[in-house]
Amino acid sequence: MPIDILMPALSPTMEEGKLAKWVKKVGDTVKSGDVIAEIETDKATMEVEAVDEGTLSEILVAEGTEGVKVNTPIAKISGDGEAAVGGPKEGSAATASTPKSAAAPEQGEKPAVPDNTAKTVSGVPAQPVSEPLSDPDLPADVEYVSMTVREALRDAMAEEMRRDPTVFVMGEEVAEYQGAYKITQGLLQEFSADRVIDTPITEHGFAGLGVGAAFSGLRPIVEFMTFNFAMQAIDHIINSAAKTLYMSGGQMGCPIVFRGPNGAAARVGAQHSQDYAAWYSQIPGLKVVQPYSAADAKGLLKAAIRDPNPVVFLENEILYGQSFQVPKVDDLVLPIGKARIHRKGKDVTIVSFGIGMTYATKAADELAGMGIDAEIIDLRTIRPMDVPAIVASVKKTGRCVTVEEGFPQSGVGAEIVAQLMANAFDYLDAPVIRVTGKDVPMPYAANLEKLALPSVAEVIEAVKAVTYTA
Amino acid sequence: MAVRPTTEKRSSASAQSADKARTKTPRTTDNPQIADLSKDEEIQAYRDMLLIRRFEEKAGQMYGMGLIGGFCHLYIGQEAVVVGMQMCIREGEDQVITGYRDHGHMLACGMDAKGVMAELTGRRGGYSKGKGGSMHMFSREKQFFGGHGIVGAQVSLGTGLAFANKYRKNDRVSLTYFGDGAANQGQVYESFNMAELWKLPVVYIIENNRYAMGTAVSRASAQTDFSKRGVSFNIPGEQVDGMDVRAVKAAGERAVQWCREGKGPYILEMQTYRYRGHSMSDPAKYRSKDEVTRMRTEHDPIEQVRARLLERGWSSEDELKDIDKDVRAVVAEAAEFATYDPEPDVSELYTDILL
Ligand SMILES: Cc1ncc(C[n+]2csc(CCOP(=O)(O)OP(=O)(O)O)c2C)c(N)n1
Ligand SMILES: [Mg+2]
Repeated sequence: MPIDILMPALSPTMEEGKLAKWVKKVGDTVKSGDVIAEIETDKATMEVEAVDEGTLSEILVAEGTEGVKVNTPIAKISGDGEAAVGGPKEGSAATASTPKSAAAPEQGEKPAVPDNTAKTVSGVPAQPVSEPLSDPDLPADVEYVSMTVREALRDAMAEEMRRDPTVFVMGEEVAEYQGAYKITQGLLQEFSADRVIDTPITEHGFAGLGVGAAFSGLRPIVEFMTFNFAMQAIDHIINSAAKTLYMSGGQMGCPIVFRGPNGAAARVGAQHSQDYAAWYSQIPGLKVVQPYSAADAKGLLKAAIRDPNPVVFLENEILYGQSFQVPKVDDLVLPIGKARIHRKGKDVTIVSFGIGMTYATKAADELAGMGIDAEIIDLRTIRPMDVPAIVASVKKTGRCVTVEEGFPQSGVGAEIVAQLMANAFDYLDAPVIRVTGKDVPMPYAANLEKLALPSVAEVIEAVKAVTYTA
Repeated sequence: MAVRPTTEKRSSASAQSADKARTKTPRTTDNPQIADLSKDEEIQAYRDMLLIRRFEEKAGQMYGMGLIGGFCHLYIGQEAVVVGMQMCIREGEDQVITGYRDHGHMLACGMDAKGVMAELTGRRGGYSKGKGGSMHMFSREKQFFGGHGIVGAQVSLGTGLAFANKYRKNDRVSLTYFGDGAANQGQVYESFNMAELWKLPVVYIIENNRYAMGTAVSRASAQTDFSKRGVSFNIPGEQVDGMDVRAVKAAGERAVQWCREGKGPYILEMQTYRYRGHSMSDPAKYRSKDEVTRMRTEHDPIEQVRARLLERGWSSEDELKDIDKDVRAVVAEAAEFATYDPEPDVSELYTDILL
């Protein structure tokens, strides 16, 4: 059975070319590697080498022909006796010429794509949606204890380190100094320097090292002294940690937690005050958690450590010292990706997260005094975002205000607005308003810093605007 | 006379002093290479170092009063480094850049104490109109390029200043200061490579004050002799007694001349010490009181000059007291200004973001 030699593609974008010259004639013996023809495009000339062996039995396209489409048969090789089909080359029935190009087979008959996903009109499969899990039910008689966010985070790490010997903490000043913000207090004493590791000031290096350790199956908790310094390491967080599972076709998971304080502290200036929630939330392959309360901090950090994916866990220095009621249960693990209704209400939905909640809750208290009943949703997780929770609430209230300390453009609030446009447009009675940090680098001066951050007054003003209250 | 310090020779000499440094305090005062300063230079060094000392003491006090917020990193103990180096360069021509422990560098560069202090308090008369704060101040006039909060960032930036000098074909030099902790950042080595490859006129001044926050050098650095950090790039390096302004100046002259002659970068490891905590909130429990006391009593950079001035009869106690009085007056005026100068106008919130 003769083998077709196809017009090869010089590049993935080449569609046709000129058959410049036949080097072999009909009847010539052809060995693999022999140059049989030359082809040309406007960009280059290339020799066509034979892959199969036999005799050139027929030339289908004459020398000098222009506009030969890629993948059209240009010649036939017949094997010597049964060798034509019995040759050692794979795929010898169709492609007999090199170079092979990834695009080449698609130019001809397109291989059928197995239709195993729902498709939109464009042919792109719909993004699968996974229902977030609900918070676990607590025993009816559960006891609550008052705890700071700092203690909650420390306990979460200690509990997970007791439970799983592959969990370790590394970062600047986490061990002997007990943490620059004392989040790792006592861990060195309990778990030894093997598992609580002081690093040099080399964020890019130790973040990458952590990712490598996670590839091999350890579960690193990488503490950044603040997330401002994670900018040194953001390449590894995104290019190495977030993308490798996909790039490895699902083989190479990266169970790592990047954690530390994020956002503005007080009077520390532009380079030490940025909120990175929106930045990381843009990246497929990452989960991004930003808790407000101590209970959420604890339950979500434990979940993050157990999660097989890279989790960016954004804390806040000002919240560290604040106390909250935390349920006293053996193993408080909360679902990543699930928002929490912090306060029920019917007139307006305020969506916030992390330290933004401090403005939202104070505003809701004051609004109650004015007769406006606000519902507050604490997102807790920025990615994956619990859009159904926001939509359900807005369907009820018809109005929405978002609150965050980050910058306005392409912020978390902007994403919420887009989601509401797509999923709750008909239910909105007013345009959504975003309350955000101002569109400026954080100023140092006390008066300007105050103006640059969101305020309770701005939240109240926004709620009044969306509810058309004078 | 400029001796070419080959990296070869240097390595054996500095290996010894590094070992000593770990057990003993750095001391190269009896090194014959160290030229004496003239009477005028000694007096100038005394005054400049004293100004930094008094300024920082005042800043610490004002922080305690709540007038200064956020971080505040004091330079007390390290004064000889910046004052000695400044004696080697042309003020307002050669560039200076450093990290967040920057008050001393600015004063040494000739920046106005009032403007620096008012920036610390976040007032409109500050060098950045109150918008930068303690870690972020600049003066184009004095060629002071900051003032950077991200550890190690200034090393690439300082290399870029040197690149611009070479590009313009002038003979200016960039003094790029960073800490022992910063010396472990990757971009430092990326910069070293480019600087030597392109023969850029930059003096890398590693202020080894033995700690990066609470981490002693030996706990963070595989190679604790920082003068050798450029060896694989062929950058010459020296270890210098950074508590002795004469040693700093002598080494600084060699390094600056090396750069001016177009021979490329030069590394100076300044062995120094910070007396205070890393920043105001650091109780500094990672080192003994004894260690601090010993440095203060035996190696204080200002006391060393003062002793020499008196010993040689170059100054009387009274004359030194007068200098102290002058310096205190400058600092008091700065503090007064920084306390009563108004905050920036709220309209400044949205200015200076783009040109
Ligand atoms: C990239 C980065 N990581 C961490 C920090 C936090 N930090 C500020 S100063 C410092 C220690 C630096 O020590 P060193 O370089 O020795 O300078 P010194 O403070 O002793 O002058 C650290 C870890 C930072 N500002 N930037
Ligand atoms: Mg240091």
